Amino acid sequence: MSNLRTPMKTALGLGSARHGVHHFLVQRVTAVALLFLSLWFVWVVLSALHSDYAGAHALIAQPFNAVLMIAFVVAVFWHAQLGLQVVVEDYVHTRWLEWTLQIAIKFFCFLGAAASVLAVLRIALGR
Amino acid sequence: MPATARPLSPHLSIYRWQIQMVTSIVHRATGIALAAGTILLCVALLALAAGPEAYANVQAFCASWIGLILLLGWTWSLAYHLLNGIRHLLQDVGLGYLPAQFVRNSWLVVAGSLVLTALVWACVFAQRGGA
Repeated sequence: MSNLRTPMKTALGLGSARHGVHHFLVQRVTAVALLFLSLWFVWVVLSALHSDYAGAHALIAQPFNAVLMIAFVVAVFWHAQLGLQVVVEDYVHTRWLEWTLQIAIKFFCFLGAAASVLAVLRIALGR
Repeated sequence: MPATARPLSPHLSIYRWQIQMVTSIVHRATGIALAAGTILLCVALLALAAGPEAYANVQAFCASWIGLILLLGWTWSLAYHLLNGIRHLLQDVGLGYLPAQFVRNSWLVVAGSLVLTALVWACVFAQRGGA
């Protein structure tokens, strides 16, 4: 009688929300990625800060930096969506407002990531 | 904000403030601030792709007083969220749960975030002085 759960429930491992630990894991995986990428990001911003337009453009256009910048913006917007989702889940208890905010956050993060990736591709491939 | 009024358990106003709750609250606050900061990141990248005139506008905004204050805030937010994130990842694998460790690590994160922010801005001003 110590365990009232059926073996099937344990095997599926989805929990009461039926989403399992997917959100938890992706939040951690993007966090580990950002641990390294954000250190590189600070370096690249400091490097770009005091060069002119051409210098900053050339810096981001380098394949190494362009790839890391795309990885950075994808990880940032993904991690931001997951984090903001939890904040809204915790503090917004009016159903229509909660759903509106959740969908707005997803749209904002996707558009931000898509626009940033397009910008990096234009910088790296254009001209 | 809830649709129905329900009795509430004791919340922030009841408890004595301590580092354990401050680090948790500030982690969320800096996370929200950094999410807002992605707008500037996205705009800066689009401006860099668009051309020198658009990029000059971003540079002018970053050099303005409001821009500098925002950048300073985002620098500290990133430093804090990064270091506190490391603390959370260590806790995820079961480290640092004793109260003494928790308090020490929390203060290390706060102090470390100030040191990292100072380092980054020292680099900014050193480059400015040299350029």
